[in-house]
Amino acid sequence: MRRTDAGRPMRRIGIDVGGTNTDAALLEGDHVVHSVKTPTTRDVTSGITRALSEILAGSGASAEGIGAVMIGTTHFTNAVVQRRDLIPVAAVRIGLPAAATLEPFIDWPADLARLVRGRIFLLRGGHEVDGRPIVPFDRAAMREAARGIRASALGSVGITSVFSPLNPTCEEEAAAILREECPDVAVTLSHSLGRIGLLARENVTLLNACLVDLARRTTRAFTAALAESGIRAPLYLTQNDGTVMLAEYAESFPVYSFASGPTNSMRGAAFLSGLSDAIVIDVGGTTTDIGCLRQGFPREANNVIHVGGVRTLFRMPDLLSLGLGGGTLVDTHDPTVRTALARIYAMIEEGVDRMKSDASELPLIAVGGGAFLIPHRVPGISKVVSVPHQTVANAVGAAIAQVSGEVDQIFTDLNRDDAIAAARRLAETRAASAGANPATLEVVEVEDLPLAYLPGNSLRVRVRVVGDIADLR
Amino acid sequence: MPDLRAMTEPDFDALALGAWIMGTGGGGDPYHSLLEMKKLYAGGRRVSLMDPLDLDDEQLVAAVGQMGAPLVIQEKMTDANLIAETVRMMERHLSRSFSAIALWEIGGNNSFQPFLGAALLGLPVVDADAMGRAFPQADMNTFAICDLAPAPWTMVDIRRNSIIFTEAEDWYWMERMTRKACTVFGSVAATCKSPRTGREIKECSILHTVSKAIRIGRLVQEARARHEDPIAALLASEGGVRLFQGKVRDIYRRTTEGYLRGTADIEGLGEDRGASFTLDFQNEFVIGRRDGAIAATVPDLLCVLDSVSGDALGTETLRYGQRVTVVALPAPALLVSEKGLRHVGPRAFGYDVDFRSVFAAAAQ
Repeated sequence: MRRTDAGRPMRRIGIDVGGTNTDAALLEGDHVVHSVKTPTTRDVTSGITRALSEILAGSGASAEGIGAVMIGTTHFTNAVVQRRDLIPVAAVRIGLPAAATLEPFIDWPADLARLVRGRIFLLRGGHEVDGRPIVPFDRAAMREAARGIRASALGSVGITSVFSPLNPTCEEEAAAILREECPDVAVTLSHSLGRIGLLARENVTLLNACLVDLARRTTRAFTAALAESGIRAPLYLTQNDGTVMLAEYAESFPVYSFASGPTNSMRGAAFLSGLSDAIVIDVGGTTTDIGCLRQGFPREANNVIHVGGVRTLFRMPDLLSLGLGGGTLVDTHDPTVRTALARIYAMIEEGVDRMKSDASELPLIAVGGGAFLIPHRVPGISKVVSVPHQTVANAVGAAIAQVSGEVDQIFTDLNRDDAIAAARRLAETRAASAGANPATLEVVEVEDLPLAYLPGNSLRVRVRVVGDIADLR
Repeated sequence: MPDLRAMTEPDFDALALGAWIMGTGGGGDPYHSLLEMKKLYAGGRRVSLMDPLDLDDEQLVAAVGQMGAPLVIQEKMTDANLIAETVRMMERHLSRSFSAIALWEIGGNNSFQPFLGAALLGLPVVDADAMGRAFPQADMNTFAICDLAPAPWTMVDIRRNSIIFTEAEDWYWMERMTRKACTVFGSVAATCKSPRTGREIKECSILHTVSKAIRIGRLVQEARARHEDPIAALLASEGGVRLFQGKVRDIYRRTTEGYLRGTADIEGLGEDRGASFTLDFQNEFVIGRRDGAIAATVPDLLCVLDSVSGDALGTETLRYGQRVTVVALPAPALLVSEKGLRHVGPRAFGYDVDFRSVFAAAAQ
């Protein structure tokens, strides 16, 4: 358990900023002290300020006693899905004569591409899988591109180089040239975000690039709300995988927060129920998400994930979303309502069954503002569990989030153990710079993949470590 | 004039799905090639599919494919121009023109390479391939089984570096030489294999495998649209057998002699609860064991599918926790002949066991 220097467990506030409600929960160690539900405001800041003041007043806690604040938000996903608050970007791809046939944005929905596709530059450079340059990086062309970007007044650039997860130097050199030619432009480099698979990594890079402006504004609104509440604790944003990142780091990587809402709900449900394997149903204001908890973490989706129609290779929870919300008041004796309820139960039954991986009975944890809609008996479910603070499970999930660091990289001429050890050190460094207490880090995932057809030892290693948040006050 | 079938974009969608299933874990996801094909179609290019039985005996046919690591193709992508260039190079070398393009390998990404090249060259694609699935080595194909000549081959990389292999003592030497060259080129290259006559295609290839892949892709799409089990639909249509269902418990991979080898361990779910299934692979799935006893081997097609969507999962994309169904589809007759098994049976992959078809019992 985390303890402050005073010897008392660290107090932290988890906040979930949804489309309808802003929920907050104050935890001391593993105990939920207090929770509140307030309406989300258009400016975001005032809603959070209100949630913070209500939770401090309701719990009797002092602003100075708060050790950390974690915010989860669906803002960035909604922006992509609803095609709003996105800025046009320049796409720079370095890899010619490879990767020449499918230009950036090629597999994006046309309406979204039209909105954000600024200019496209395809340049010579990039690397082979064994680390050799494909051809020398065309720096002169990059400088031309940078001047073109400045002339077009584009505010954000996504740079993707062939095999940059193996060798990022082309992307880094391109960024340096941009800093010289147009220092105010925001730059997203693909190797800091994605895995092997150029098009999907570039898609994530470009999605990030078109969101950086919104992310900066939103993160600063969060920071302002904290300052207004007198809280001087570090601010974290929660991520897709149930972990958090320091806000000043997270504001550069909005794509990492895409699935944070449902992830927080599921993690919160696990925490509040004490169950590690269960189905979780989160009935929100407009949609209902059903997911599956395994060992306390959401089960991840098997395959490619589409965000707003864009193909990505994210680690995302495997969710089934139903167009079913708890935001409507009805009379349960009305026959129309009873028919509607019967249909709702049928939808829930079918959804639960689809998310189960086998026929054995599992408990079902009902959370969210509309959790009361879930019947007490569901076929294939051992019991329906309701938990205290169920309507703010997402805020609780945000408050208990951990910090992670991940590496996905190709190592050559190292044996398997040394490669995994090297990857682990790098992941630990990344976790620490994202705000983790190095003493608490543990490895939660190791995957190694030797590259087919290559001579010698070429190993793609993926390591993920998580740890508790460092007490930075 | 032979009947030609105009390939449509929905045909290519179905081909991508079906060919990835027929890749038996290898061959690479055809996604990028599918996008490139659609781009060529958007630019006005069209390709037709030709029945191999309509080939004249003396017509010259090119068999093409990409060689290399699927993961590398995920970064460097494909390029129709390179495939077309290997064919032109071969024509210059032979001082003869090709009448059509055939597939080298129906499984995975290579199902699209002939169509990409043909779209630029204006040639029809022959509905036949030399594997009926995917295999890791150049010597594992029906032309080798039929003792046809392995040379010449042409090979081109993205920088337009190119090589003609004019002679090879046998298919094994061709495999060694081309593998080395491919690695130097950056682990992916476009290749045009040794040219074939119409007669050789008719006698020594697996016929109508493009149609088969499209059929498989379409029935999976249709089952999904009806909210039915796509895997059940696949098995019913293709005479396949469901071997196991479960979730991936462990995946161990290593590179030896330039191949991705390893084992996937699957823990049973549903009616297979309590049992386990392991799959050894060399790029493609080679041998499957249920609780340690051999359940299926090459050349039967061992496919691992997403239990819900029916999508194929590759040996490089299998991950811990995935819910999968293992199925076997029958191998073409040429592969299970005595001669065929010498090239593509369990012993060709280093397993000292006899091939015993999953479908032998069903056939009796």
